Amino acid sequence: MRRIVVAALLALTWAQPAFADLRADARAQVEFGIAVAQKGLWKEALLRWERATQIDPTYAAAYNNVAVAYEQMGQIEKARAAYDRAVELEPSNDLIRQNYDLFKEINDRKTGRTDR
Amino acid sequence: MTGRPAAPIASVLAAVLLAGCSASLNEVAIETPIQPKLDITAFQRVLIAGFVAGGSDDVDANLETVRLLRSQLRSKSGLRVIEADVLPLEEIARDQAREAGAEPDVAPANDDDQGLPQKIQDEKDLAAYERIFANVDYWKKLGEEYQSPLIVTGTVLFTPHQRSGFVTREQEVYDQFGRRTTTPVRTYMERKGYILRPKFVFIDGRTGTTLYSESFREEILYNAQQNTPALSSYFELMDRLLPNFLNTLSAQKIRGTRVLLK
Repeated sequence: MRRIVVAALLALTWAQPAFADLRADARAQVEFGIAVAQKGLWKEALLRWERATQIDPTYAAAYNNVAVAYEQMGQIEKARAAYDRAVELEPSNDLIRQNYDLFKEINDRKTGRTDR
Repeated sequence: MTGRPAAPIASVLAAVLLAGCSASLNEVAIETPIQPKLDITAFQRVLIAGFVAGGSDDVDANLETVRLLRSQLRSKSGLRVIEADVLPLEEIARDQAREAGAEPDVAPANDDDQGLPQKIQDEKDLAAYERIFANVDYWKKLGEEYQSPLIVTGTVLFTPHQRSGFVTREQEVYDQFGRRTTTPVRTYMERKGYILRPKFVFIDGRTGTTLYSESFREEILYNAQQNTPALSSYFELMDRLLPNFLNTLSAQKIRGTRVLLK
């Protein structure tokens, strides 16, 4: 029993820095992506943000940015999927919701009612 | 004793937190490309034929709508715009009704002997004219005349409108030091303006069949004392719905901003 507790404690102490490392790596990708997106290099930005989501699949901000990049490229369904994932990961994040609402407003206008 | 330093520490912490938040926000401008609603790859040319128009006598809604759409499509679509005389669709519809000897669905008091109202004043009057868009033979024949273009036609109702009620407006207030502030004030106002109700019908000039149709409604109201020309109001209202009209035929880019997160 004592061994199990010790093993669990060890696992926890190793896991925390490992997760922190992953998030740090993913964050570095996200930051680089933002820098290039601001220069209009959206494909490179998308590549970086997708890499961030692979490194850390719980990183809501990275999914938000992926969605924005797909929106800019006109790939609506991929953008929607990424926004869905971002909202799923951080349902209380108002900024993600705000982006998603703006996205939906445009998309509803495109595919929506014919009579207004 | 211990309570006093807590306030400055808390405010410093809040400032640091706020700075941290704003540093992780990056607003970027994006342009979302929106694909056209209608596949028009089979057409190289477009004919804005004419509209059944009604409502205000101050604006020739048929002529103005044709002119405006032609000029918009010339600069914002890849289609070649055909320059042709604007069709008097009301007269043509009445001729068709006379030939067919058809009874109208709606028969207002000012009907002529064919049942179609001579003056179009509301949507009911317009509805009686709508059968012209289903006359496949007529549109096919028109299409043949212009080498099978995409034909744009429809109805436009531009009617004066007035409404009174409470509105919220900002009122300027100056304090004793001359500083200006604004406060929202609810006041009762008489307002007048116009309602624009266009319906755009897209017809295949090769077959005469309707490919797509879309209706809109826009409204504008001014202070009753303000004297705004009807034509200005017409253009203001058309401006609002033109992006939607253009998006039927050509890809459009919608500008906006999004927040990138770290």
